[in-house]
Amino acid sequence: MITRFLWQGMDRNLRLFVLLILAVGISLPLANLILAATNPAHVPSWVLQLVGKYLCYALLALAVDLVWGFCGILSLGHGAFFALGGYCMGMYLMRQIGSRGVYGNPILPDFMVFLNYKELPWFWHGFNHFWFAAIMVVLVPSVLAFALGWFAFRSRVTGVYLSIITQAMTFALMLAFFRNDMGLGGNNGLTDFKDILGYSVQADGTRAALFFASSVALALGLIISAAVVGSRFGKALTAVRDAESRMRFLGYRVEGFKLFVFVLSAAMAGVAGALYVPQIGIINPGEFAPGNSIEAVLWVAVGGRGTLIGPIIGAVLVNFGKTWLTGALPEVWLFALGALFIVVTLLLPKGIVGLWGQMKSRSQSRKARAPA
Amino acid sequence: MQSLRPFSVLLSVVASLALAGAALAADLATLVGNLTSGGLSEREAAITALAASGEERAAPILEALAAGQLYVRTSDKVAVIGKADGNRLALVDAISGSPAGNAVEADLERVRVNNRLRGTIEAAVGSLTLMSPNAKVRLSAAESLFKRRDPAALPALDQALAAEKDPRIKRAMTEARAAVVLATADAPAAQKLAAIGVLRDRADRDSLGVLNAAASAASDAEVKAAALAAAGSIEQTLAAWQMAQNVWYGISLGSVLLLAAIGLAITFGTMGVINMAHGEMVMLGAYTTFVVQEVIRTSAPHLFDVSLAIALPLAFVVSGAIGILIERTIIRFLYGRPLDTLLATWGLSLVLQQAVRSIFGSSNREVGAPSWMSGAFQLGQLNITYGRLWIVVFSLVVFAALILILRKTPLGLYMRAVTQNRPMASAVGIRTPRVDALTFGLGSGIAGLAGVALSQIDNVSPNLGQGYIIDSFMVVVFGGVGNLFGTLIGALTLGVVNKFLEPYAGAVLGKILVLVFIIMFIQRRPRGLFALKGRSVE
Amino acid sequence: MNAPTMRSTSALLYLSGVTVSFDGFKALNNLSLLIEPGEMRAIIGPNGAGKTTMMDVITGKTRPDTGEVVFDGQADLTKLDEASIATLGIGRKFQKPTVFENHTVRDNLLLALAGMRSWYRLLTAAPTKAENERLEEILSIIRMGPQQHMLGARLSHGQKQWLEIGMLLAQNPKLMLVDEPVAGMTDVETETTAQVLREVNKSHSVVVVEHDMSFVRALGVKVTVLHEGSTLAEGSLDQVSADPRVVEVYLGR
Repeated sequence: MITRFLWQGMDRNLRLFVLLILAVGISLPLANLILAATNPAHVPSWVLQLVGKYLCYALLALAVDLVWGFCGILSLGHGAFFALGGYCMGMYLMRQIGSRGVYGNPILPDFMVFLNYKELPWFWHGFNHFWFAAIMVVLVPSVLAFALGWFAFRSRVTGVYLSIITQAMTFALMLAFFRNDMGLGGNNGLTDFKDILGYSVQADGTRAALFFASSVALALGLIISAAVVGSRFGKALTAVRDAESRMRFLGYRVEGFKLFVFVLSAAMAGVAGALYVPQIGIINPGEFAPGNSIEAVLWVAVGGRGTLIGPIIGAVLVNFGKTWLTGALPEVWLFALGALFIVVTLLLPKGIVGLWGQMKSRSQSRKARAPA
Repeated sequence: MQSLRPFSVLLSVVASLALAGAALAADLATLVGNLTSGGLSEREAAITALAASGEERAAPILEALAAGQLYVRTSDKVAVIGKADGNRLALVDAISGSPAGNAVEADLERVRVNNRLRGTIEAAVGSLTLMSPNAKVRLSAAESLFKRRDPAALPALDQALAAEKDPRIKRAMTEARAAVVLATADAPAAQKLAAIGVLRDRADRDSLGVLNAAASAASDAEVKAAALAAAGSIEQTLAAWQMAQNVWYGISLGSVLLLAAIGLAITFGTMGVINMAHGEMVMLGAYTTFVVQEVIRTSAPHLFDVSLAIALPLAFVVSGAIGILIERTIIRFLYGRPLDTLLATWGLSLVLQQAVRSIFGSSNREVGAPSWMSGAFQLGQLNITYGRLWIVVFSLVVFAALILILRKTPLGLYMRAVTQNRPMASAVGIRTPRVDALTFGLGSGIAGLAGVALSQIDNVSPNLGQGYIIDSFMVVVFGGVGNLFGTLIGALTLGVVNKFLEPYAGAVLGKILVLVFIIMFIQRRPRGLFALKGRSVE
Repeated sequence: MNAPTMRSTSALLYLSGVTVSFDGFKALNNLSLLIEPGEMRAIIGPNGAGKTTMMDVITGKTRPDTGEVVFDGQADLTKLDEASIATLGIGRKFQKPTVFENHTVRDNLLLALAGMRSWYRLLTAAPTKAENERLEEILSIIRMGPQQHMLGARLSHGQKQWLEIGMLLAQNPKLMLVDEPVAGMTDVETETTAQVLREVNKSHSVVVVEHDMSFVRALGVKVTVLHEGSTLAEGSLDQVSADPRVVEVYLGR
């Protein structure tokens, strides 16, 4: 039944796309590990790290799209779910440092020793186990999303109000995580990681494995999203997006639908954050900045909201542009980013995928008209 | 003994200061001569005489003597006051008070005092300053005595009290006397009770300290009870003042929020347009102020005090014009798509920030305060700075002006008409696109005005606006969208709540709590404090 | 109050003393209304008489300040939300046709189809054979079989009205509230719609709000005239048309 559920939303294009993601996930690490550095097809480690980051961002974008594109909930706080997942993973990685820290304390991470902590705060317990951290990566963002969504959707907070609330949420979390007495590293966040599951995070092999894991997570996210969207639930979901009150008058409890996708989406964002942190090597409160969340929304808008492939394309393209521009013309980047927001909303409301679809259907209708 | 002498000398000084000036200076030299020569007993007599002279220089000389800073220069036998300045001593002529070069300690001979003499000197200095012809000196002497609570000064204090005419100083002296009495262990209980009464009426933090000390030291049960009761009453008064101070800080913060939010209340509240670049309109207003002040600094420095008055209309025009431009080129294509408007204006805010960063640099820019906005005054125990006071006044004026515009002008009428029923408004001949543009311009222009005010209390940097956008939305949503009075109440409430939370939770946690509170509040009352009801809301 | 006695009646829908005010303006003022099972009722009244607000109150969109709204002899509608009321068996067709524009005609009907409403069952459920048969049946009633794969957005105004009626049928409610079903229809379409509604009325109770007098006449049912939020007159169309107060406020000279 689960396989049928997972398969129900997959059309041919989507299957090809999933295969493409997995192919990238296997071939790039192999090209990094096996091929000699002199080989023109060799993929340098920094490229692997960069693309790995894009894959995490793509998963975040997919999560944003699930609520925004398919359910009309514009969340400006998904960066918070991403960061929470990242912090959960970061806490595990901190505990793995053990006595190799600067202060050599076997239990307390360096920043706690520095801040005169006598013992581990209660919420740090359990994070020395990977399985515990892995559960928390999904659970913490989900619980927050559930709490927020439960209240917001029941009170019928919609549209821009919900957007502003989610933005305020991530802003409040940012302020909170900047505080030293949160016990999460304050300003500096969590960094200087050593091991993950016993392997050095710096090693090429570990990086390759993390890259592969990211591609698998993205592929899985895509399959699950497709299954949800393609089900009768998905039909109801887009109906909620288009005419919420009409759905209520048909007898649907709209809150349940919204809450489910919101929580699912937050969990996906949390997983993306958890895969992001060991590849980048740091997580700090800056990840909660409202600008980050809204940038993720832009990736979706560029790629095409309400499509499954769009957000992935958008995330990769925009971030590639960001990497390139901030390197080549740093002062231009923010102009470009700002302009992109304006251009996409004004001229390309359906994004790249929508544009492609439009062109395709236009040529089809031309063909259809031709014989007549 | 000589208790009446300083008094009579003082009178003569006040009566014939000009006439006696020269004679007294000569007198001073003799007295100082007596002080620096002779043995310890002659020295004591000289101190008393010097104190009795009522001479203005007497106090610094005696203070230097007590501190061991009075010297005689070996080379010319001139009395000097020496203060450590690196390895050497910076010298001041004791009699004239003018600088007298410097010297190493080996070239000087210290005028020595012992503990008994120190006591004499202290009493002498206290009485000297208490009897000074200068009212300010007397007041500060009384105030310092209040803090020192030196029982030895009691006779001098009584004397000065009897002579004092100025009611303000007299009260200060009475309070000082009360403090001294309470600090004197063997003072009669009746006097102590009276003193407690005086201090209870003074009712500030210092008298609270005196009373607490007196209560713990008191042997007499009645005195102890009275002191405790008075301390309790003062604590209540202080708490009330503290609360008033917090309310003031809250109003001050609220007025800033109001300024930032009020323009938003127009664009969001009446047009339903989410303008994430609203903060940047504020920022542009602040930079306009900066530019105006730069021009004034270089070409017309005498105009500096009116720089804000010049900046206000300019900021309104600059931000307003850019607002109209934005409305015409971007926002009008997005009506009915609030979420897209939100994204587009966010992009716009990035562009504006980066543009300002390119032109003015990313560091903070200096915007000065005109003289009439600097300084502070004391209202009861409230400390009120002029800058904050003017911002509160200014925000209320802007608010009132806006209400007038909306209620009394044709633009206001059109705006309300378009808000309520767009097709009907356009059917009766109102040019709705123009009204939209003007409304948006008005909202943005007001943001520019806010920027002028905020340039006085915040760092003028490209990020200025970002810090306000979320708060402003919170205010508008909290107060109730489309309701300007709601915005006013919302801003003041949030300001006050924020400031009341700060002492308990700290600034950051307080802010977080407020955000959480609003998030919960919006969920309970999605339409805000003062919601519009009716079918048009949907 | 007399609620207990009224509740024991067989009335399908019972409104008593319902008042709704918006900022001091009374949209409904002590309104009372009684709909019997199987009845079809036409509601007429000038703009602002409270017709739409009445629908909002019945379907749970608006909470009345005071008054009772009882459905099927037991359910207190003032305590329930839209979804529960819809599940109890009250369907609503809006004044402005609202179909799901990004769904096909068939999916629109599928969404409306009575039964499956819980989100977790919808995740894995496929349409059953019975459901598909019912869809075909409705498609033929509203004569939209050929358009069943067309998107809602591409339908003409009249087609949207039909689709909405089809969705109401799919929902299979005990009571249908129909708001201005013939607005913007041609005379022929209007006549057909009246026929359909009479057909529907054989198995459902119907409340129709309408301006179009010829349509109301074609329905030939009991008429309630609303004015300023309360009932002005009730009876056959001829009776109320003769009522001088109705003539004054509504029908005009």
